[in-house]
Amino acid sequence: MSTQTPQPSQAAPDTTRIHNIGYRSYDGPRLGRSYARRSLFSQSLRGAYGLGRSAKSKVLPMLLFGVMCVPALIIVAVAVVTKQTKLSIEYTQYAIFLQVVIGIFLASQAPQSVSRDLRFRTVPLYFSRPIERADYVLAKFGAMASALFLLTSVPLLILWIGSLLAKMDFGTQTQMFGQGLLSVALLSLLFGGIGLVMAALTPRRGFGVAAVIGALTISYGAVSTLQGIAYGTDNLGAISWLGLFSPITLIDGVQTAFLGAPSSFPGGEGPGAGTGAVYLLVVLALVAGSYGILMRRYRKVGL
Amino acid sequence: MNVTMLGGCVKGSDGALWKSRRRDLDRPREKDFRRELPYWLVLLWSDKDRAVGWTTAVAHATTVEDVTVIATESLSKRFPRVTALDRLSLDIGPGVTGLVGANGAGKSTMIKILLGLSPATEGRAEVLGMDVRTSGAQIRERVGYMPEHDCLPPDVSATEFVVHMARMSGLPATAARERTADTLRHVGLYEERYRPMGGYSTGMKQRVKLAQALVHDPKLVLLDEPTNGLDPVGRDEMLGLIRRVWTDFGISVLVTSHLLGELERTCDHVVVIDGGTLLRSSSTSDFTRTTTTLAVEVTDSDTHPDGTAALRAALAGAGVTLHAGVEDGLPGAGHILLLEAAGEETYDLVRDVVADLGLGLVRMEQRRHHIAEVFRPEASPQHEDPQHEEVPAR
Ligand SMILES: Nc1ncnc2c1ncn2[C@@H]1O[C@H](COP(=O)(O)OP(=O)(O)O)[C@@H](O)[C@H]1O
Ligand SMILES: [Mg+2]
Repeated sequence: MSTQTPQPSQAAPDTTRIHNIGYRSYDGPRLGRSYARRSLFSQSLRGAYGLGRSAKSKVLPMLLFGVMCVPALIIVAVAVVTKQTKLSIEYTQYAIFLQVVIGIFLASQAPQSVSRDLRFRTVPLYFSRPIERADYVLAKFGAMASALFLLTSVPLLILWIGSLLAKMDFGTQTQMFGQGLLSVALLSLLFGGIGLVMAALTPRRGFGVAAVIGALTISYGAVSTLQGIAYGTDNLGAISWLGLFSPITLIDGVQTAFLGAPSSFPGGEGPGAGTGAVYLLVVLALVAGSYGILMRRYRKVGL
Repeated sequence: MNVTMLGGCVKGSDGALWKSRRRDLDRPREKDFRRELPYWLVLLWSDKDRAVGWTTAVAHATTVEDVTVIATESLSKRFPRVTALDRLSLDIGPGVTGLVGANGAGKSTMIKILLGLSPATEGRAEVLGMDVRTSGAQIRERVGYMPEHDCLPPDVSATEFVVHMARMSGLPATAARERTADTLRHVGLYEERYRPMGGYSTGMKQRVKLAQALVHDPKLVLLDEPTNGLDPVGRDEMLGLIRRVWTDFGISVLVTSHLLGELERTCDHVVVIDGGTLLRSSSTSDFTRTTTTLAVEVTDSDTHPDGTAALRAALAGAGVTLHAGVEDGLPGAGHILLLEAAGEETYDLVRDVVADLGLGLVRMEQRRHHIAEVFRPEASPQHEDPQHEEVPAR
């Protein structure tokens, strides 16, 4: 190969091979902590709907999203066709009505979001980077709450658009839509926090699913049973206090007290403004508590 | 001459395109150097030849003698029941440093402290000149970490995983993707990088773990027991790869092992600890590394029908130590001149002598191995398929 005469031509492409193997350094931007936190947030939010994951993992969240929207579409279609002046469901009642779907979504996606990192010991790789514990927890919490908010607010949006198509009163509908959004925002934070705490307790995904389902259904089952007994025995005062002990009744109480929602409690015995303030405080304390527990949980994981 | 410039690439007489290394073109030193040269006398880079051309120059540029990469002073870490580190003082410079000690000696504890993730009970530590107590985040931005345990989710591909980790290090999305592709190739993962990692062998998993530590182009990587679980061949490959992280990528390495002796060939410096105290700290004086062998190949010209002989005579006249005889009987070896490089001056000297003689420089490679090993068929670049680059065996 060393005895050839000069050939300053660009021919012979068929014998051309590219040896582009040298190491290249990186002199571009390093966007740091807040960027990493945002990236983790968007990756986790997308992941909750199976985006960026396998086709198989898209099935359940997308199906549940569809199930959440279908009743709203039917209600809207009926309202438009029959020219109703009022939707057949309150905005604030919609999430309560479909709480099982929300529960299944949370139970399937919260473990996916946090248990995997614990189980496969990926967490240390995060913490060996500029990202810190609080960034990780905030990103995961924010993503889970946002995923739930999407799941619960899109049907409300459908209802609202439908109400306008059916020429219902714009002012009233918009106000109720706003109240509904506030309610599901609170629900998303509360459920997201509880779901992640339950899921982060165990690296085993199956246990995580069971723990989330259990936390939601057992507490709701117990509360509604006791409320039923209280109602049957004419202990009406106890009904609204009992509602403090399950996530969905907490949301129900807050929206009855502050967001003009009709109560789903037996006999419609929802809390008034005074008890309602306790409800709101408990919800906020649970959200903050979930954050605190998650922070503690990851302190031990460290490396 | 038998190399021609082709839009950023260099075309060799064998039809191969050799892309020049951006890293080096970016460096002012190399830029100036290029300008001085006749246009055909350019740096040739290839992974086939492990450390082609100016690798030493790159290394030297970053190896200012008194630079300290890691410094600890009376560093202690006490857990309720055990003292993991006991007043350990270390001063580690650029290059590959081995941290050796039995299980429980305190190696992993040391790495956690250096990453700023675990506070020392006593004493201080600096990484890249930054205090671990106050600058943890900045340190972690410029340092890579490979844990000793498994850390790979089985249901995602190496590419997806490393891209995500690059973004967690602060790289923008496009850069994260580009660097992931590069880095996975450098550690020797090709088509399999698109498959879920659950199906990977231990060796492949270790490579992905290394890749995620390198993807953001750190200045230093902390590798915790990277050879754990590997068979002898995989172990050698991993150690070769680690050596290259420093020689080819210019990234300093701290690598731990519980096996005494394993790291001696890979490291410039070995620190042995036991029960959290320093047992020994020594430079490895390995002939094959301290003296660098250069392989030079030149073209013939009308005035010098045997270019190799002409160069040999000229270099001998200039006082360069030439190796003779070893290449006999091996394909193409007659055209390759082996000489001893005393330092950067030797590179300059060869360049000048070749230019004065009016010859074309086909290649100038640094060879780190035992001379006898260099010419084993599999170590010879002509015999390798460029699509299937192997990590260097040693
Ligand atoms: N979080 C911890 N709590 C208590 N003891 C620990 C902890 N981490 C490590 N140790 C102890 O410190 C010593 C050093 O551990 P380590 O640094 O992991 O050793 P190596 O990595 O060299 O095998 C061991 O005796 C280990 O049991
Ligand atoms: Mg260890």
